[in-house]
Amino acid sequence: MQLSSTQPIDCDVHLAVPSTRVLLPYLEDYWREHLIRRGIENDNLELSSYPPNAPINCRPDWRPPTGLPGSQFEQLRDHVLEPFQPRFAICNVLDGSQIMFSEDLSAALCRGINNWIAAEWLDRDPRLRASIVVPAHSPDLAVAEIERRADDGRFVQVLMLAMTEIPLGRRQHWPIYAAAERHGLPIGIHAGSSFRNPPSALGWSSYYIEDYVSQSPGFSGVLNSLVTEGVFNKFPKLKVVLIESGVTWLPAHFWRINKTWRGVRSETPWLDRMPSEIIRERVRLTIQPFDEPPEEHDVQTIIEEIGCDEMLLFSTDYPHWHFEGTDAIPPGLPDGLLTKLLVDNALATYPRLS
Amino acid sequence: MNMTVMDRKPEAINQSYLGFIDCDVHPFFKSPDEFNAFLPERWREHRRTIGGRTRVGLAKASNYPRMSPGNGQRMDAWPPDGTHPGSDLPFMQQQLLDLFNVSYGLLAPLVGGSGGERNVEFGAAMATATNEWQLARWCDPDPRLKAAVLVNVEHQSAAIAEIEKRAGDRRFVQVQIPPRGLEPLGRRRYWPILEACAANGFPISLHLGGAGGHPSTGGGHPSFYHEEHPSYVQSMQTLVTSLVCEGVFEHIPNLKIVLVEGGFAWLPALCWRLDRAWKRLHAEVPFLRQKPSEYVRQSIWVTTQPIEEPERPRDMLSTLEWIGIDRVMFSTDYPHWDQDDPRYAFKVALPEEWKRKIYSENARALYQLE
Repeated sequence: MQLSSTQPIDCDVHLAVPSTRVLLPYLEDYWREHLIRRGIENDNLELSSYPPNAPINCRPDWRPPTGLPGSQFEQLRDHVLEPFQPRFAICNVLDGSQIMFSEDLSAALCRGINNWIAAEWLDRDPRLRASIVVPAHSPDLAVAEIERRADDGRFVQVLMLAMTEIPLGRRQHWPIYAAAERHGLPIGIHAGSSFRNPPSALGWSSYYIEDYVSQSPGFSGVLNSLVTEGVFNKFPKLKVVLIESGVTWLPAHFWRINKTWRGVRSETPWLDRMPSEIIRERVRLTIQPFDEPPEEHDVQTIIEEIGCDEMLLFSTDYPHWHFEGTDAIPPGLPDGLLTKLLVDNALATYPRLS
Repeated sequence: MNMTVMDRKPEAINQSYLGFIDCDVHPFFKSPDEFNAFLPERWREHRRTIGGRTRVGLAKASNYPRMSPGNGQRMDAWPPDGTHPGSDLPFMQQQLLDLFNVSYGLLAPLVGGSGGERNVEFGAAMATATNEWQLARWCDPDPRLKAAVLVNVEHQSAAIAEIEKRAGDRRFVQVQIPPRGLEPLGRRRYWPILEACAANGFPISLHLGGAGGHPSTGGGHPSFYHEEHPSYVQSMQTLVTSLVCEGVFEHIPNLKIVLVEGGFAWLPALCWRLDRAWKRLHAEVPFLRQKPSEYVRQSIWVTTQPIEEPERPRDMLSTLEWIGIDRVMFSTDYPHWDQDDPRYAFKVALPEEWKRKIYSENARALYQLE
């Protein structure tokens, strides 16, 4: 299949803030002066979850001669918009602004980033869409930012990191989910940690490869939290998109959480059906990275085990390095799934794309 | 709420489960004073006045209370005399060892608090005491039961001494370390202990649990036991990741690792992810000379309980094949609430040869049991 002829919807491309300084024009006066007085505009606020020079975080032929991958429109145009011809590409900014301990500073920087996205990206190409960047650890300010941006239909989801201060299902986060549901915005949960906690219950690992691999177990914890706390009961229209979570871990996750639920559901009596049912109905996953088995025919088995053709969303995960050329579809996916995966599922997930 | 949530009959009942090897049996004490007989007076006094010191808020009870009394015991496993499940050998024989004519039961003591004790001298003393207790209370009265060498990995010299002391005593078949410690077990500071295990012919049983004090998920402390129970899978996944990526198996090629009470269906997808990440990031870990999945295949065994139950039962077969039939060993987890019954655990008929291996031959070979 020629991907570009289908005009897919790319549900995960990354923009990078080239330097904090570029945000200055997009900040309120107080915060512009605040950043300059503290010299913060000279700091690079990249997240330690995504060191930009790690090979996995930028495909060699996508790496610019200077500057951060994904920090210039021309790169995105040449690497994604031209070769894949997406009808929409949803831009996700991963940046330390989301996790600054000062809730006020964090919120101010997030506002600046969202303004910057709108002016420098969304205004430049009608195919671009974006996630609203919020200080998730500060629900009141996060809600205020969602409200401020909600009228701009080009913002199609709210972005949160998978691992932050407390599990995402915890009720402190619920005002964010209420605002997202009210405005038809799915919650996009992206791989990454603010490292308020070690990457796992085992403590701090030595190598980046361990942190990277541990994102999938992290997502398992996220799903368990969202489901057991009752987020999907409380917000019946809310959709959640797991971005860059890997995919093939999901069947074993279903089997285990269903079994646990059968044994201990009296602890969470609002869960009146299998967790796998709830997840199939309300959770979506972007397809890069897929973490496919080495044998193509085993991909078919995994797809059958996932058991729902509405869950997977096309993504390139640009500029991260998961495939070569335009081979963004993991080998072995059944043809019948492709139409839904490339376009329909995203339209059903993101009301603002229609 | 009382509703039927699973109306499913096993597709097949295994008739040949008798004589299996149970890789996860939990002994308990009738009274905590039982350990005192194996402790020097100095530590008996400490135990009486200060007691165990952990890294969680509750001193004695679980932060995540289980859903049945006794911190999550099988409701019918309370002995007739009212003592704690798993504390009465005749009752354990009746409910498990004799009922199924179990060839061997591998003890996994989760008592004594030696592994996560912050006072490491006390932790080491409790480990030694618990090891002696296993012999006196369980292995000597019923030689089918095999002990695990408990150690406190934060007291390296004591841990190594304990491992060396038990080497050659065939009543001990493995060393048991709680996975959730201060740091991931693959870190270099633990290598001397891992080396001692391999040098003395002990596989290492990594039975879920531990008291490192970190939240059970990378995103913080969950609220419910409903989350804590599956979070053990996440710990097993990061444990495998740590052991492989830190280069443990390159450094100690003859080390044998057994994952206990974490299920296993998650392992294939983890291996696929590890291999994919290694393809991009191998320069960071240049000491890995083969794909991560190959180290897993060579050096890691899994036990079955709590066995995952695929929605299509036949998917169990491909999962087992992906892992390798010779790396899977049956376990019941007696007497915990989520114990697996050898008759019903697998919801799909296994080929006879697989059954022989999983229920018996794999453990027999790994632990060199008669």
